Amino acid sequence: MLAAIRRFFAERGVLEVETPLLCRASGTDPNLGVFSTRFHSPGRAEGLDLYLQTSPEFAMKRLLAAGSGPIYQICKAFRNEECGRYHNPEFSLLEWYRVGFSLTQLMDEVRCLLSDLCRNLAAIEQFEHISYRQAFERHTGVDPLTASMADFIDCARRYGFPEAVAVCGNEVPVWLDFLFSHLVQQHLGRAGTTCVFHYPACQPSLAKINAQDPRTVERAEVFLEGIELANGFCELTDAAEQAQRFDRDIASRQRRGLPAIEKDRRFLAALEAGLPDCSGVAVGLDRVLMLSMGASAIDGVLAFPLGRA
Amino acid sequence: MAAFSTNEFKGGLKVMLDGDPCAIIENEFVKPGKGQAFNRVKIRNLRTGRVIERTFKSGDTLEGADVVDVEMQYLYNDGEHWHFMVPDTFEQYSADATAVNDAAKWLKEQDICTVTLWNDVPLAVTPPNFVVLKIVETDPGVRGDTSGGGGKPATLETGAVVRVPLFVQKDELVKVDTRTGEYLSRVKE
Repeated sequence: MLAAIRRFFAERGVLEVETPLLCRASGTDPNLGVFSTRFHSPGRAEGLDLYLQTSPEFAMKRLLAAGSGPIYQICKAFRNEECGRYHNPEFSLLEWYRVGFSLTQLMDEVRCLLSDLCRNLAAIEQFEHISYRQAFERHTGVDPLTASMADFIDCARRYGFPEAVAVCGNEVPVWLDFLFSHLVQQHLGRAGTTCVFHYPACQPSLAKINAQDPRTVERAEVFLEGIELANGFCELTDAAEQAQRFDRDIASRQRRGLPAIEKDRRFLAALEAGLPDCSGVAVGLDRVLMLSMGASAIDGVLAFPLGRA
Repeated sequence: MAAFSTNEFKGGLKVMLDGDPCAIIENEFVKPGKGQAFNRVKIRNLRTGRVIERTFKSGDTLEGADVVDVEMQYLYNDGEHWHFMVPDTFEQYSADATAVNDAAKWLKEQDICTVTLWNDVPLAVTPPNFVVLKIVETDPGVRGDTSGGGGKPATLETGAVVRVPLFVQKDELVKVDTRTGEYLSRVKE
């Protein structure tokens, strides 16, 4: 699989890069648990906090801002508190950026790569494009962009999740995640690959706002057989907007009593210097391997999953 | 009792849910890439035996339940309660019909079974996996039949009714799997 990926990008003139796994700063996303450690060396007796990356996106965008052109990376990423059938705290990520690509163009490339990697899956050539709103409405009967709390509560009752009311409270993003992961996701990618685009603006991360409908962002995810494989953005290039989102994340982390994380100043400086218009995507390689090998859990494709690491 | 977070949920853990003691059966981690993490948990209500699925936000906690399984000897039934004794301590417990439930039809005096105690009160009774019981009533068998095919109902000394092969006769001892209610073999005295 790795050889096929390298061939795929070599043919397309995309440069392979490496960035540090051990970082000075980390993402602020309140839903990502980060591993941290302390570095000691002569002359630095007080030590220095370092983090294992949750994704290489900041470092890769710094390269893009420095004029690298299209780049890709195959690396390990680390997420604390994540372990289960489809999660291992250390996992393999393929991340790439295309300068000047729209999200649609990039998703086309994702489709080409996946059909290259999963040739044995009969349905892999089928590709479905659907907006988050359409997918959500189809399987829940609720419009995710306009729904009221009462609509969410009613939907949860109808589908037999009375506990959702207590779990989600009055937080719209949590309601969307709950209903999407319990009612929508399992239907996606059943007849080929499904690409869900235009995620609600309350889940923006590092995506650009959709110019046609500011309630959504230029973010897309790819699903195959109900499993989430890839997450892509048309990248936010506005440093001020990005700094604001970081501040919102940091405030939210504080409210939830999560460890404080400083925003990555070097990354923001790179955005200020000018990140070219580009789209980027990350693919969970262990899950791709799972599907192409027919494994039912991520442990089936890891030589030493956490339990035996 | 300690509180357990979703990270500690694993098969067999006993927790309190909606005021009832429950046992965790399965705990699946569900997380959208950039979203809230959930745990989809399969739980058995130990009082009703019903299995339900419930979702928790990762990190949520449940109170632990003081539930233990104790091996006890079944003593007798006084018409309303079933009485059990812990062989080592001679401590006695009495269980009502809701706790004994379906186990009643397999309980024979002196047999060792598992009694689940919640706050030191019997909550459920699990009979031994295999019991040897005498047939008190069954139709006379057909000569020449050896095994297989059809079978006939037989009432055992504890009141349970199981299907046995045609050659098995009244007053014989049979071994039965209490989990499936199936006849396994005849037993010589």
